[in-house]
Amino acid sequence: MSEPTKAPAPSGRAATKKELPEHFKSYRHVWVFVEQERGQVHPVSWELMGAGRKLADKLKVDLAAVVIGPQGEVSRQAAAEAFCYGADLAYVVADDLLADYRNEAYTKALTDIVNTFKPEILLLGATTLGRDLAGSVATTLLTGLTADCTELDVDPDGSLAATRPTFGGSLLCTIYTLNYRPQMATVRPRVMPMPERVARDPGRIVTHPLGLVEDDIVTKIRAFLPDRDSAKSNLAYADVVVAGGLGLGSPENFQLVRQLAAVLGADYGCSRPLVQKGWVTSDRQIGQTGKTIRPKLYIAAGISGAIQHRVGVDGADLIVAINTDKNAPIFDFAHVGIVTDAIRFLPALTEAFRARLSPHSRDRIAS
Amino acid sequence: MHIIVCIKQVPDSAQIRVHPVTNTIMRQGVPTIINPYDLFALEAALALRDRFGGTVTVLTMGPPSAEDSLRKALTFGIDRAVLLTDRFFAGADTLATTYALAAAIRKIGETFGAPDIVFTGKQTIDGDTAQVGPGIAKRLGLLQLTYVAKINTLDLEAGTIEAERRSEGGVQVLQTRLPCLVTMLEASNEIRRGGMADALRAARAEIVKWSAQDAGVADIAKCGLRGSPTIVKRVFAPPPRAEKATMVDIAGQPPADALIAHIFQRAPKLEAELAALARGY
Repeated sequence: MSEPTKAPAPSGRAATKKELPEHFKSYRHVWVFVEQERGQVHPVSWELMGAGRKLADKLKVDLAAVVIGPQGEVSRQAAAEAFCYGADLAYVVADDLLADYRNEAYTKALTDIVNTFKPEILLLGATTLGRDLAGSVATTLLTGLTADCTELDVDPDGSLAATRPTFGGSLLCTIYTLNYRPQMATVRPRVMPMPERVARDPGRIVTHPLGLVEDDIVTKIRAFLPDRDSAKSNLAYADVVVAGGLGLGSPENFQLVRQLAAVLGADYGCSRPLVQKGWVTSDRQIGQTGKTIRPKLYIAAGISGAIQHRVGVDGADLIVAINTDKNAPIFDFAHVGIVTDAIRFLPALTEAFRARLSPHSRDRIAS
Repeated sequence: MHIIVCIKQVPDSAQIRVHPVTNTIMRQGVPTIINPYDLFALEAALALRDRFGGTVTVLTMGPPSAEDSLRKALTFGIDRAVLLTDRFFAGADTLATTYALAAAIRKIGETFGAPDIVFTGKQTIDGDTAQVGPGIAKRLGLLQLTYVAKINTLDLEAGTIEAERRSEGGVQVLQTRLPCLVTMLEASNEIRRGGMADALRAARAEIVKWSAQDAGVADIAKCGLRGSPTIVKRVFAPPPRAEKATMVDIAGQPPADALIAHIFQRAPKLEAELAALARGY
């Protein structure tokens, strides 16, 4: 072992001396996979378009949307919409065999166009569809794939710097795919801000054939069972969110969170330990392995604020933290904090909000 | 029927230590467990064995100490445990991991019979990538069913499986051909408590231990850190927000009112919006 020395600051291709192999040098431009299911584009695709635009501008290359879907209006519409979110061009593989997501057909479609048109960066949403597809495509292409990135940037030498939580969300790390192309990354919904939609005429559209017949695809879709509306949690897209953590002390006390949420017309969630303890169901978990939220107001009660939680709430406009420990990490990224016991404080806060927001109290003020 | 379940031993706690030079995780001294998501894969495999007979082989790749997780898996009643361990595998990213695991699964097939199903958990709690399952499937040319909540039918005669796959906004009911790879969704079942006989067997059972060479890994250069296309360059804690949090003084006026005043002072438009939301609720 050599003497421990301070690692020099990364410079140029993240401090590695390896040159990009010759056959990868023709890989250029930034691509975003536009995910659609049953005629709906997942909003994460437009969020990625915003992130991809910044990378493409920095690299001085084009931003392309990749639309894979059924023939006809659905795919045409998705491609047209992509231009309104910043695409310079769109690649479209439209075939009725692609009407519903199946790994085999989508993997072939995406792998083929990557091999044909050679992008340097390929971004996908970290949804059930995107993760299923990205893993297959990256393995087929034998390239690097960085999951659940919270930040994407390009170094001065043009390498993609993909930052994500690591070690169970205790730290962040920046990952590079230096000697392979494309550099692939997934990003979870709501991690990147939604860019503004600007009405624009569609630009250049490049179509590419799928080259499969139904008999080539082994997996068959027997049915689709949509979730009941009541089972859907809108947590990721809620304007106001109240969440509780271990500081609540017992599963019964979680109702204090729900009561405050009800008064605010808010959605509610929790930190990871509460799901692990079985106090709250996993669809309510906020953080790296749960939902990422971007509400106007986020109230965190009895949550210490581990990094894996922070990355799920950093996009909130206003973060309010209630915690007994004045040194809790949550006060490092909250905007407003109060050092007190959430169990006793939440009922008082609920009552105070109720008094302030109820129509009766407003009438009194008005009269 | 032969089922292979891939599991991973992971650090149990949020305690983390990072090697200052290589920026890779230092596993010494941290208690370890079977990745909790893998327990759903184990139970799914055992439930199928209950119905259709056959054997369940559990495979893990890791340091020699990963044997502990295999002994734990044996207490649930699995039939055979294989530990893939070699210093060449250290520092592998997901692509290099699937290369080694795919080789070991081929070798298990040659040695103990070809698998009908390979199970994994949906992801691990330390890496959180969900990439290893699909990667193994692709390398072995298996069809893949990810995020499976329920296996509806398995027809060994016809070589087909029908399963319910969680997707955005609903459940896809998919039918595909065996052999295939299934990643199980959390909360899809509950791991059984093994019997006393299983516990005794687990303590005594011989674990099959394979090096890269034993497993028939063709190209060492595709394993471990060397075989990983991704490179971790920086590991860091995010800096605190530049602007410190405004702390509400809990002396003086009722703290709830003080907090609300702070909130509306910072976000003046919020009060009207909240009032509208509260009315609509």
